[in-house]
Amino acid sequence: MTPFGLLDWSDLVFAGFLRDPSVNEAVASAAGAFAVLGAVAALVVLTVKGWWRPLWSGWLTSLDHKRIGIMYVVLGLVMFARAIAEASVMRAQQMAALGEPGFLSAEHFGQLFTTHGTIMIFFVAMPLLTGIINFVMPLQIGARDVTFPLVNAVSLALTAAGAALLMVSLVVGRFSTGGWSGYPPFTGAAFSPGEGVDYWIWAVTLSSLGSTLTGMNFAVTIYKERCPGMHLFRMPLFTWTALCTSILMIFAMAPLTVATLMLALDRYAGFHFFTAGSGGDMMNYANLFWLFGHPEVYILILPAFGVWSEVFSTFSGKTLYGYTSLVIATMCIAVLSFTVWLHHFFTMGQAASINAVFGVATMLIGVPTGVKVYDWLLTMVRGRIRFRVPLILGCYFLATFVIGGLTGVLLANPTVDYGTHNSLFLVAHFHNMLIPGLLFGMFAAIHFWFPKAFGFRLHEGLGVLSAFLWMGGFLCAFMPLYALGLMGGMRRMAQLPEGPFGPLLAVALLGALMIAAGFAVFVLQLWWSVRHRDRLAVPHGDPWDGRTLEWALPAPPPEWNFAVLPEVDRRDPFDAAKLAGIAYALPDRYEDIEMPANSAVAPALGAAAFAVAFGLVWHIWWLVAFGLAAALAAIVARSFVTETTRTIPAAHVRQVTEGWRSIARVATPCPRRAEATGANRGRARPQQ
Amino acid sequence: MSDVTATRHPGLNLNHTDRETHDRAESVMFGFWVFMMSDLVLFAVLFATYAAQSVHGIAGGPAPAEIFELKSTLWQTLVLLTSSFTMGLAALALKYRDDRRRLVLWLLVTAALGGTFLYLEGADWLRMARDHGAVPQVSGFLSIFYALTGTHFLHVSAAMVWIGVMLVQIGRFGLKPEVKLRVMRLAILWHLLDVVWIGIFTFVFLFGVVQ
Amino acid sequence: MRLIPCLPVLLAASLAGPAVAETGTQAGFLWAAGPIAEAQRAHFLSIIGWMSVVIVPLFVALPVVLWRYRAGGPGAFRPDWGNSPLGEAVLWGVPALLVAVLGWNLWTETLRMDPYAPLGPDPLVIDVVTWNWGFVFVHGAAGVAEVDRLTIPAGRPVTLRMTSDSVMQSVFIPRLAGQLYAMPGMVTELNLAADGPGTFTGRNSQYNGPGFATQSFDVIALPAGEYDARIAQLAAMEGTLDAAGFDALKGDDAARPQGFGAVSDGFLAEIVGRYADPRMAGMVH
Repeated sequence: MTPFGLLDWSDLVFAGFLRDPSVNEAVASAAGAFAVLGAVAALVVLTVKGWWRPLWSGWLTSLDHKRIGIMYVVLGLVMFARAIAEASVMRAQQMAALGEPGFLSAEHFGQLFTTHGTIMIFFVAMPLLTGIINFVMPLQIGARDVTFPLVNAVSLALTAAGAALLMVSLVVGRFSTGGWSGYPPFTGAAFSPGEGVDYWIWAVTLSSLGSTLTGMNFAVTIYKERCPGMHLFRMPLFTWTALCTSILMIFAMAPLTVATLMLALDRYAGFHFFTAGSGGDMMNYANLFWLFGHPEVYILILPAFGVWSEVFSTFSGKTLYGYTSLVIATMCIAVLSFTVWLHHFFTMGQAASINAVFGVATMLIGVPTGVKVYDWLLTMVRGRIRFRVPLILGCYFLATFVIGGLTGVLLANPTVDYGTHNSLFLVAHFHNMLIPGLLFGMFAAIHFWFPKAFGFRLHEGLGVLSAFLWMGGFLCAFMPLYALGLMGGMRRMAQLPEGPFGPLLAVALLGALMIAAGFAVFVLQLWWSVRHRDRLAVPHGDPWDGRTLEWALPAPPPEWNFAVLPEVDRRDPFDAAKLAGIAYALPDRYEDIEMPANSAVAPALGAAAFAVAFGLVWHIWWLVAFGLAAALAAIVARSFVTETTRTIPAAHVRQVTEGWRSIARVATPCPRRAEATGANRGRARPQQ
Repeated sequence: MSDVTATRHPGLNLNHTDRETHDRAESVMFGFWVFMMSDLVLFAVLFATYAAQSVHGIAGGPAPAEIFELKSTLWQTLVLLTSSFTMGLAALALKYRDDRRRLVLWLLVTAALGGTFLYLEGADWLRMARDHGAVPQVSGFLSIFYALTGTHFLHVSAAMVWIGVMLVQIGRFGLKPEVKLRVMRLAILWHLLDVVWIGIFTFVFLFGVVQ
Repeated sequence: MRLIPCLPVLLAASLAGPAVAETGTQAGFLWAAGPIAEAQRAHFLSIIGWMSVVIVPLFVALPVVLWRYRAGGPGAFRPDWGNSPLGEAVLWGVPALLVAVLGWNLWTETLRMDPYAPLGPDPLVIDVVTWNWGFVFVHGAAGVAEVDRLTIPAGRPVTLRMTSDSVMQSVFIPRLAGQLYAMPGMVTELNLAADGPGTFTGRNSQYNGPGFATQSFDVIALPAGEYDARIAQLAAMEGTLDAAGFDALKGDDAARPQGFGAVSDGFLAEIVGRYADPRMAGMVH
């Protein structure tokens, strides 16, 4: 064996094309080339512009929760681009493959649906929501940072290492074909030899370790770092959902880690956890995976529920309807989410009464969810609704989410599930929940809080255009799948039989392309808005007539967030302060502020984790040992660092704070009808 | 001063410091408890898997009762329990006496007992492998047996490394609040591993022999 | 009850109906051809009907609210309105009642539609073994087997006893029976019946590698007399299906026989025994 383990030149994706110049290999090579060129382009830009130093000292080593949050979101968006491309290729293949093999090999198709699912869950949805919570939650509770800023950076580094592993798999070797859920024994060594499943195992494991740490960090932050007066029942609803999601992360990620590590032991060391025979139990994997997987669904959706709560309230200019109801409903969902995992395998042959228990438990989740939908509707009642991008997406979410809820209740019935399990009906259902629910929620959040993060709004017209492309695209891409599923179309099929499927598949392909176009317009919108940021600037920090503490800060907020920790005596404190005319009052006195100092430990751990994972995939044992030693050394060395904070002098805090407030106080308040124009500089005229 | 008393962390002696240090300690200790909770979920999942595969996963290989030897396991248990006691003495030395030597002594005793435990457990594994051919590749039961006890073994090993680092830090930094907090968290981890071992002893070894 | 589901039926039918009519065999349980699929269809439609209690009001109210309370619209502005006891009661009460009803239906239907419960006295027992990528069906009583094709007598209850000789698979006959996993080392049972003669598609629905997309079989329901003729036809075929013959069948995709005239005793148990704990394998007979 060479020093590079199983790795060989022939594992490069381009070598595959040279061996067999088919369309199938051309697609793989093009994807690999795209990844390489993208990386090279990024390096060139960083070098030419001289951005390496600011990138390193301003971002990669920063422990500022806001910057870490933004990096999470960037990671999520980059991976989203790849996942959309994969979805479009898969639909194109199915269109080309009615009753014939099509242009992709079945093996390649298997890799595509596996990476698409893995990326969307672990490297798009999770980074997006983690990033948004990271940025927003400490601001909403009046804190200066999370409790463990370094752990926060380490979580990001581990997630990024997992994402990097997935990107490398485009160029070196092949990925798993076992789907995002990776069921053995198919993913065991006997049926899936080679590096593919190993790539999947280590990418997912890194991500789940990062998420476990994130969950703990957020939960402790919300419990311990709230500003004076911020009782639990005064927290904004987004923070409540962040809390519930964090608790779910703490409890739910461990079963996934155990499941993937057991699968790794099966594959690497010949253990028999999930093998067929020798006392392996493949059904145990299904239980462990979904013991994680079902709470995971709510880890994904709850923060989006929080975003929708903020959006409906803010863009109706009105307090949230049924705050207590919404909190209780969120908690109910979080608790119930641990009691329903078996509904992912009603068809595994257990007793009917067991299925019935889990079916009823599943339907129970419909109650709090239904309450939420109507609470949001009633939030708009007696308001003054403004149709900004987040609210447009929100209304679309309400309408489509209930359809997803209906199909969810259908699938909760074992009787119906026997006829729809593993079908495109199921695929349509979870995309129906996750696209309008989670993804649109995250894009609403990006539109909503982008001005807070960067100091300028996103261009409104392009935002509306991309929103409509997404909304139309979703309908075209997934409503036909409901019908296809009921017609007997299964998921994960590289080719469908000839016959009735063609027209509906064509609509689905069109939908996928529309979603891709919507994303392109979104990127264009970002580019345009950055170019014209002066016109869109909202330096006073409150572009949407916000209600919670984050809007009381300039945009972008200073590193320390709050010059003086706020004291609150009610919900929506900033709205009340604006109505009382004391929103921009100056603090009496300033103090020195201690903030966490930069640290290179997180990028070092991320690099070490990547080295370990890559070494494990290719059996390069020296690299594994080196990575583990480096990680241990970094952790121990960090514990000997005594200067972990730096002090920001009171004079500086004073200068920055008064510089901003003295201008904001005298700025002309913007009426809501001019919200989407250049007149909006971030000082809102309160609505009476 | 009364302010400080109100928020003082009960397990620690940080009384010469200001309120912020106590608040900070509170968050750090709470965070560590949450971390331990997540770790317990990991063990819970392993226990659940053991419950299934120790019955259904024997697959013609040796059964629990054939390979377990309670004498060795009992010694392991006694050693680990004693180490928990000495770790408790270390924590008391940390809290009630500003006495570095006593703290270091008890930490050393704990580490020695921990090392003994690891040796005994390793020897027990070797015995099973040698006398019964009971290696993890034989059956689902043995896979989860080694995974469960091995995970505990790795935890104890990591805690041993931690003890080593703390001994160096006590020497280098003295009993700074940060060092005290780290020793305190180390103690929590150590006791928790003891609790998990009680679970393993009862659930794996005693039940296994009874069957 | 039967009136409410009209709307979704129309919706589903308008989406898929014309297309399905062209082919017939490729379809789901909405085009039921047996008692199980018929019950699934009825249950499916009744849930849609009940759920419309909470869904329809939203679709009506959403546009009304958006119109009435738009900025500059006619609705009164009351920014502090955030609670109403009656509203809360309705918001929690209606879904709770609805879930109570649906939960009751779920419970009774799930127990009634237990895939392990035979659909009548004296079901025809057929053993199914799946592999990557195919199916063999053993007509135990007649001692014959057929490959990638399942012939059943129309109208008679059938019990499939299923196992897998590869990975986890899911045997799915949408228009007759729904699906259940077939797993190595284990036996699961799926009961079904066809109302009348016809040809229906069955397939594996659990991804198991490159041959997954085309791993399907035809289910052919025949009148009793024709069924016997088919069995006689199978009995006249060469070859005995035993473990060795089965492995040869698995290995040669190009020249798959259509059937076997004889089957070794305990064939299913032998395949299960390849993976099962020896003490558990004895339970399959």
